[in-house]
Amino acid sequence: MAQVGAWVGAVITAPLRGFARLLDVPLRVWQRLAGQNGMAAFFLLPNMAIFGIFVLFPLGLNIAYSLTSGGALFLADRNFAGLGQYQRLLTCADYTNLLSCQEDQFWTALGNTALFVVVQVTALIVLATATALILNRELRARSFWRAVFFFPVLLSPVVVGLIWRWILDRNGVLNAGLVAVGLDPVNWLLDRNFAFAAAVGVTIWAHLGFFALILLAGLQAIPRDLYEAAEMDGTRPARVFWRITLPLLMPNMLVVIVLALIRAVQVFDEAFVLTGGGPGTATLFLTQYIYEVGFASLLKNPGLAAAASILMGGVLVVLTLLQLALGRRNERKAKLK
Amino acid sequence: MTKHTMVLALAASLMASTALAGDVRMMWYSDGVEGEVMKDLVARFKAENPGINLILDEVAYKVVQEQLQIQLEAGQGPDIARVTNIKTLAPHWLDLTPHLADPAYWRTNFGAHADWMRVDGSDAITGFMTQLTLTGGFANATLFEQAGVALPGKGATWDDWVNASAEVAKSQGTAAAFAIDRSGHRMTGPNVSYGANYIGADGKPAPVDAGTKAFAEKLVGWVAGGQMLKDTWVAASGSTYRAAADDFINAQIPFYYSGSWQIANLSTKIGDGFDWVATGSPCGTAGCSGLAGGAALVAVKYTANPTEVAKVMEFFAREEIVKEFSERTLFLPAHAGVAAKGGLNWQTADKNVGAALDVFVAASADILPAAAALPAWKWASPVYGALVNRISQVMAGELKLDEAFAKIDSDIAEQVAAAK
Repeated sequence: MAQVGAWVGAVITAPLRGFARLLDVPLRVWQRLAGQNGMAAFFLLPNMAIFGIFVLFPLGLNIAYSLTSGGALFLADRNFAGLGQYQRLLTCADYTNLLSCQEDQFWTALGNTALFVVVQVTALIVLATATALILNRELRARSFWRAVFFFPVLLSPVVVGLIWRWILDRNGVLNAGLVAVGLDPVNWLLDRNFAFAAAVGVTIWAHLGFFALILLAGLQAIPRDLYEAAEMDGTRPARVFWRITLPLLMPNMLVVIVLALIRAVQVFDEAFVLTGGGPGTATLFLTQYIYEVGFASLLKNPGLAAAASILMGGVLVVLTLLQLALGRRNERKAKLK
Repeated sequence: MTKHTMVLALAASLMASTALAGDVRMMWYSDGVEGEVMKDLVARFKAENPGINLILDEVAYKVVQEQLQIQLEAGQGPDIARVTNIKTLAPHWLDLTPHLADPAYWRTNFGAHADWMRVDGSDAITGFMTQLTLTGGFANATLFEQAGVALPGKGATWDDWVNASAEVAKSQGTAAAFAIDRSGHRMTGPNVSYGANYIGADGKPAPVDAGTKAFAEKLVGWVAGGQMLKDTWVAASGSTYRAAADDFINAQIPFYYSGSWQIANLSTKIGDGFDWVATGSPCGTAGCSGLAGGAALVAVKYTANPTEVAKVMEFFAREEIVKEFSERTLFLPAHAGVAAKGGLNWQTADKNVGAALDVFVAASADILPAAAALPAWKWASPVYGALVNRISQVMAGELKLDEAFAKIDSDIAEQVAAAK
């Protein structure tokens, strides 16, 4: 039997061995010429090529567009404008009065996005942590509850936006319920604060399961004996959370924070379908501004849209680097202890 | 599998994925039932022209608005497209003149709107209007009757209509008295009726004038006063288009200002739910103007098969085809011969439709020169966009009217400068 197994294995791997033999000689020659570091670069090349084509090249193209002006969409047909588009986005006569800014709606979108990031990411992380802690306990039908929290993640963002729109609309399900119990209907999405809160709430509902899952994986990796030792010492639950759970959850938490921040800065689809950026510009976020300027407007301005997206990308890079730096500092602290 | 069969299979799979000589792709969107009518006509064209493979690509209106321009700028896209942003994209249209059997037929029957779809100063034949549209109002006659309020007659002003509709709304408990689609285009007829003229002496956009200010002030007041349905304009930002047709269809508003292209939509969806009538455009201080427009079927200059494209265009521009298309889609024809002969047999059992179409035909005589000039004016789009963007900010309480007017001027100026 073992002989048959070895024979089958040999047959299956034969093409691979043949291929490896074929590459052996040229690779040895290349290693002699390039050295060990050169070989590392050689093996990284396919990945870097994909990264270059699909990330670096479009990024370069975007930067090039941001330095041009005109109505033409082809780069070759556009006029070089230097930093003119950035200047247009960032110029205000009086920075305390948004209306004095050349592109006041860019600043409005920037302010809305900043507020959204702070509120949504904070609430999302608190709720995702609480959800993960609950789902980590010995609950009845635990798998069912995990599925319930994860289910919205499977929905398309447009579907999420539409579901909640049908609930919160003037003629929506919520108002039908209010009328049924004898109350007056409310035009929820025309209230600036409620519309903003709805955008925050709906995006949390849609992504909570994903982040809770990452944190749950982290919680399950924490050794049980630490909790048993704390229990024997009579440590209070809050202290256990702050001294054991949270520090050991930090690597996962860091991933969650970085991903949540990036997603929050890029908020678009669910919010756009739900509120359309309204009422007024109360939920106009940066990505929608870029979409409006670059694509939706009848007279499109790709240069301005590209400049706004480069600025947004810059903010994301800064935030990510900051998070990574904080993570490294925490790691170093933990090692010193 | 023999080598021969493999080559054949490979060839077949390549044929399935690439366009062949003789293929003509037509990008088509529908507001109402015209997609179904078009499918029927395409089948007839194919039977008549077996050598030309006409492919009808039905897409959403948003695709035409947002993606077609990008395709065209890249020198790609369909061979023929149905568009409403006709003038802005005019540099991409094909001059069909050398490919047409009888260019004189086109100039005679479609010449009145030829400037709408070609660059300034050109005499090219690039396509034809599939229908003419005119902005105007619709009233829910049943709600007016139930409320005991008489429908305002010819010459009634915007104030008359809003006041009468507000009475109906109060009596019948509707969500609001009226709504106008969230669109700068839709706001323009009323602006012109109050004396607005968007075109400056140099052909560029003029600063916001007293006419636009007068109607904008009224509109904002009607939203603040609850007469105009707030959702349509306020529950969105930027230049996003929002129609209020569903609110009219669901009897949530007794009066709705949109345009003639809604007739088939209202007829299909309202059915015998209630009686409705077209009202034409309410009057302002300068007149009772709507804004003409429509959709054009245009040939794209990047086509590899201009001769076949011309054959397709000639088929759909035939007098009998235009007549049939108009009768079945309930669109106003843009063909001079069809319009002059009259006698269109509108194919509907809905008694509201024929009367509504007659009202729009009559209202076309009320279009003021300042409105008539706009479809062929290349800067109309930035003006429409800026109007809807800033006026809805005023309605949402984010700007004062004076600030909005200043912003409209600067937005337009920046867009004009950026487009150079």
